[in-house]
Amino acid sequence: MLTKRIIPCLDIKDGKTVKGINFIDLRDAGDPVELGVKYAELGADELVFLDITATIERRKTLVELVKRIALNINIPFTVGGGIKEVDGVNELLDSGADKITVNSSAVNNPNLIDKIANRFGSQCVVLSVDTKNVDGIQKIFTDGGRTETDWELLPWVTEAVERGVGEILLTSMDHDGTKNGFALEITKQLSELLPVPVVASGGAGTMEHFVDVFKNGKADAALAASIFHFGEIEILELKKYLNNKNIPVRL
Amino acid sequence: MKNIKNSQPEYPQPATRNPNTRNSKIVIIKYNAGNVYSVSSALKRLGYDAVITSDLKEIKSADKVIFPGVGEASSAMEYLKQTKLDKVIPQLKQPFLGVCLGLQLLCNYSEERETKCLSIFDEDVKRFPPKEKVPHMGWNSIKFSDSKLFINVPNESFVYFVHSYFAGLSDNTIAETNYILPFSSALQKDNFYALQFHPEKSGKVGEQILKNFIELC
Repeated sequence: MLTKRIIPCLDIKDGKTVKGINFIDLRDAGDPVELGVKYAELGADELVFLDITATIERRKTLVELVKRIALNINIPFTVGGGIKEVDGVNELLDSGADKITVNSSAVNNPNLIDKIANRFGSQCVVLSVDTKNVDGIQKIFTDGGRTETDWELLPWVTEAVERGVGEILLTSMDHDGTKNGFALEITKQLSELLPVPVVASGGAGTMEHFVDVFKNGKADAALAASIFHFGEIEILELKKYLNNKNIPVRL
Repeated sequence: MKNIKNSQPEYPQPATRNPNTRNSKIVIIKYNAGNVYSVSSALKRLGYDAVITSDLKEIKSADKVIFPGVGEASSAMEYLKQTKLDKVIPQLKQPFLGVCLGLQLLCNYSEERETKCLSIFDEDVKRFPPKEKVPHMGWNSIKFSDSKLFINVPNESFVYFVHSYFAGLSDNTIAETNYILPFSSALQKDNFYALQFHPEKSGKVGEQILKNFIELC
């Protein structure tokens, strides 16, 4: 049986994890590779690395990092952050990344999705979506949630899937950081509407929230950052908990 | 549901090369269907350096050949024809491991752009019916029969899949997995082994399978 995936997300800047990592037994908590190895050992099913570096050196540093990750980590991983053209994707996949994720650049230039999917296959194209409820309408935001766009959630993800996206990483800005639980309704809506997997993100605070997002939100995977980084929820414990609640997980 | 206690087996730790295979020449076939770096990285973690090449002489002289693949069947076959690998591969006598698209290309025919493949395995590759999400992406379990590939691997272990096409069950099936329908997650015929999942991304289980291929097959 295909299992539900648990995915820790790491923010990277200049080749280092950004903030909020609090593992007592890590030699260098700032090293994304060491942290990734740790998560893989603890039972993470996949990893997401989001690069927020803004310098010109960014691309080179990221490729070097991706190579180190691939060399040391034995589970799949996705890389994202600032991918604007198809050429950069080639380098990341050749360096061992399994998937890449695009967000603002795809909204600004939807054709980028077609280009990447046609060249490398839909299976490696993840669309990250930041969405927020504005006066009852579920709007799409870009630039890390700073810019409101004209797009609404359903038309945008539907178009993106038609263009070749193979997975949706759905972040509800209304839930992100609250620790009050995932956005169950929109997650369920997308998961039932779309022929591709949906990864829920934003709002995880307790293990019960993960049960909710898989059972009621129909998510294929759930992503979280700080609760894992600060050890508030331990991945193996979480997966045992889900298993006891009859949610299929890899143990 | 599996019992948690039983599902946490202990694996022999990798990264110590077997003295008998320490000097094996392992070749990873390089063609226009990515993921070569991930496979060579997995071998490095096991203590083995592989040669990545499409050179026919190098491939023929290898002790072990790995044929990875992520991509689309017809363009991959086109490349194999251009480089004459389509003639060389079926003649190889050393242990040969196809991975993912590598498994599908060893079959007779693929529905993906109606592609005639290498016909090592006499079965056709079909697209999953859209009853569930396609591609089949994520961790699923393998139920295997007796094979050197799976020594020290607990049956019904989880491995990582990403694919939209599958080979059905046949006499060559050595492992099966269920997604929408039961399909071959591993095939074997003579010296040809093939895995539909990605051992290089399947945690310790995947590393053990790669180690078995190099040290036992």
